[in-house]
Amino acid sequence: MSPLERYLIVAALLFGIGLAGALTRRNAILVLAGIELMLTAVNLNLIAFGRYGGHAAPAAGQVFVLFVIAVAAAETAVGLALIIAWFRHRRTVQLDEADELRG
Amino acid sequence: METAFHLLAAGVLVAAVAAMSLRHLVHCALCLVAVFAAAAGLFLTLGAEFLAFAQVLVYVGAISILIVFAMLLTRTRAVDMASLSVRPRVLGVTAAGAVAGFVIAAVLTSGALPEKAAAAPAVPVRDLGRELMTQQVPALLAVGLLLTAALLGAVVLALREPPAAPSGKEPRA
Repeated sequence: MSPLERYLIVAALLFGIGLAGALTRRNAILVLAGIELMLTAVNLNLIAFGRYGGHAAPAAGQVFVLFVIAVAAAETAVGLALIIAWFRHRRTVQLDEADELRG
Repeated sequence: METAFHLLAAGVLVAAVAAMSLRHLVHCALCLVAVFAAAAGLFLTLGAEFLAFAQVLVYVGAISILIVFAMLLTRTRAVDMASLSVRPRVLGVTAAGAVAGFVIAAVLTSGALPEKAAAAPAVPVRDLGRELMTQQVPALLAVGLLLTAALLGAVVLALREPPAAPSGKEPRA
């Protein structure tokens, strides 16, 4: 198994774990944490391809990861602020109780 | 290098499973910190020092603290006792397993991946900075704007609303 494949497999497993958490947890904060795990897996993929995927643009993968980290930080800040605002309104963070928009 | 990779990969996966399956929220947050730290270690084994430190600063430092604060601020009961019922949980785990299995099968059977590729030389921080400041300037500016807007938005969203004016109007939701 080549080094690239090892990293890709670890990243795929991490992505699957994060997806399972995001799909099954009821707590909105943990769903956000699952999304963060998926983003970390993607970053791992990008760096691994930058290192082992040919030498065309060696810095491109790392630059991409920098932007992903920045966007993920913004996403987490806004997501947690939304969760806190919703908690003030409803006194709960359980996602299955978020049914105000149900027709 | 081999040993470091195996230890870090095992650490990432075990801590991730724990973070997504434990019942106590604070334990989940601690396991999340372990995942991010081990992922930073994996970045180091790939020769991406700057990103490893950025990962430690942003994820281990800032995002984990943010998550812990959110957990404390929204504390109803710390233990997520009533989880999802069995059927959606099975569905979710099956879907995630299918996605991961599909990707792994694709990685193992694909002929498109470079075979036995020699590692590219590690990118020094100087090159990274030069790339950011020459080729990627528009993206860098856009990310700066995005971060500013997101942080302002987060503050506005999380601001405590003033008590409703006694005018008989519905308070804004």
